[in-house]
Amino acid sequence: MVGLRLSHARAPEVDAPVATAPASPAPDAPVAGPALVVDGLVKRYGDRVAVGGVSLRVERARVLALLGPNGAGKTTTIETCIGFRRPDRGTVRVLGLDPRADNAELRPRIGVMLQQGGVYQSARCGEMLRLVASYAADPLDPDALLERLGLASVQRTPYRRLSGGQQQRLSLAMALVGRPEMVFLDEPTTGLDPQARHETWRIVEALRRDGVSIVLTTHDMEEAERLADDVVIVDHGEVIAAGTCDELIRGQSEHEVRFQAVPGLDVAALTGALPEDCDVREPAPGTYLVVGPVTPQLVAGIATWCAAHGVLLGGLQVKQRTLEDVFLELTGRELRA
Amino acid sequence: MSVVTPVSAADAGEFTPRPGRAGLGRMIRAQVWMELKLMLRNGEQVLLSLIVPLGLLVVCTKLSFISVDGRRADFFVPGVLALAIMSASFTGQAIATGFDRQYGVLKRLGATALPRGVLLLGKTGAVLVVETLQVVLLVAVGLALGWEPRGDPLSVLLLMAFGTAAFCGLAFLIAGALRAMTTLALANVLWFVLLVFGGIMFPLSELGGAAGAFELLPSGALSSGLREVLQDGGHVPFEHLIVLGLWAVVSMTAAAATFRWE
Repeated sequence: MVGLRLSHARAPEVDAPVATAPASPAPDAPVAGPALVVDGLVKRYGDRVAVGGVSLRVERARVLALLGPNGAGKTTTIETCIGFRRPDRGTVRVLGLDPRADNAELRPRIGVMLQQGGVYQSARCGEMLRLVASYAADPLDPDALLERLGLASVQRTPYRRLSGGQQQRLSLAMALVGRPEMVFLDEPTTGLDPQARHETWRIVEALRRDGVSIVLTTHDMEEAERLADDVVIVDHGEVIAAGTCDELIRGQSEHEVRFQAVPGLDVAALTGALPEDCDVREPAPGTYLVVGPVTPQLVAGIATWCAAHGVLLGGLQVKQRTLEDVFLELTGRELRA
Repeated sequence: MSVVTPVSAADAGEFTPRPGRAGLGRMIRAQVWMELKLMLRNGEQVLLSLIVPLGLLVVCTKLSFISVDGRRADFFVPGVLALAIMSASFTGQAIATGFDRQYGVLKRLGATALPRGVLLLGKTGAVLVVETLQVVLLVAVGLALGWEPRGDPLSVLLLMAFGTAAFCGLAFLIAGALRAMTTLALANVLWFVLLVFGGIMFPLSELGGAAGAFELLPSGALSSGLREVLQDGGHVPFEHLIVLGLWAVVSMTAAAATFRWE
């Protein structure tokens, strides 16, 4: 991150209190400032701390993926952002508004997709979307949205007879139909088939392109890597890592090179021949693992050493960590209750 | 991480934000219409609100196993009108609201532009439409059975409005606090209790000294009030209106204080 500020290039700001009335922006003017600022959010349920001091920031037209194991506090964080829960401590500002104090003003400007339910059981799919569209001054065309989400053929099917994936897609449509400035999507692709998952991804990308700010939670690391500008990993109610995907993958972990050759090479000698910070092991006879920062020099070093010792490489894979590796490293590999 | 797959430029701008809340009138109309469709789609609700009152009216008027003073239709039409209003505004409303709450509808719609007041207004509006339907049908069948209504229509409308408010308040009180299955059971049991002891099937005077106490129940106040006006041609039944008004104020205040949206 480049933090260079050319403060001298500007006229020094006058600190004296200037009594100016706050200019209220025209309704259509793009509002400045970040889409979401969560600062030191704490939320307890009785003795249990669901969220223990989470801070987030989402700039306009950016996608933030909130990752974390089940029970990490993702849903509570989202529900606080949309005004369902009152923070015990900390502040939340969505589009510059307080989600509870300014709830009525905020609600038309955001779109929300919750994990489950939220639809009249006997309402038909199309009927429900049209109902939600009727709350908005200038909604999207519900028919086009149904078409795009593959729901046109089940328009007249009651909600309770829709498949899980169809219910999920209707829920996404309900979040988008009011043309919101910001959307909160809680596990938008959980339980979707691959086609629907890819269509959901294309929609998220289109939303971002059109200037909508997005917070989504997911368990799918591929999804986060593909969609998110910024990733925040939470566990036990706290942020344990934050940054862009690249920063997290490079910053948090080493990479590895794996190769096959005759068994019993002198790994200590090889280690000595390689750049510093590298470690060579032979986890199985004939399979070698070099752990350390992967650079072109490292790969060349391995090949050179092997050539010098008359060893034929039987295969060489450079494996970069994925976001999933980072996630598991940070949150532990044991299963959660 | 940047976006990997380019999205087609052809539909650029399709999601450009243009947020805003629709006008109140449009939201109320949409919400009432939705709730009404849901109500009429629900067989149990139609049975309770329309079929049972109509059936009772015909059976009680035609058969003579319950003895009443005066013309049979004159006695039963006001009672069945009270029953119909109770079915729609209390039992039906409580059960529907209870399940909407259980299925997260109330919570979910709380994250849309729809104000919560309009959500409840929609439910109440749908009940009023159903009540209009009930009144038209019951009055038509009653007239066919030889009913000769008396009294002034304004008193009847006042009683119905106050009764609806009292029953809706009670429905929201129960549905907003208890689990949906409990609400279902309680609403049905209360419907039956109020049917028997609400002065609908037989005059409260037959209960002897307890009659006064039963007239303090919303069903008793409504049926007695309607009968005083429609059967006896009485004037504005202030004491019954006061009872219903008190029930409305108390139940709605309690519901507002205890209602949990999820």
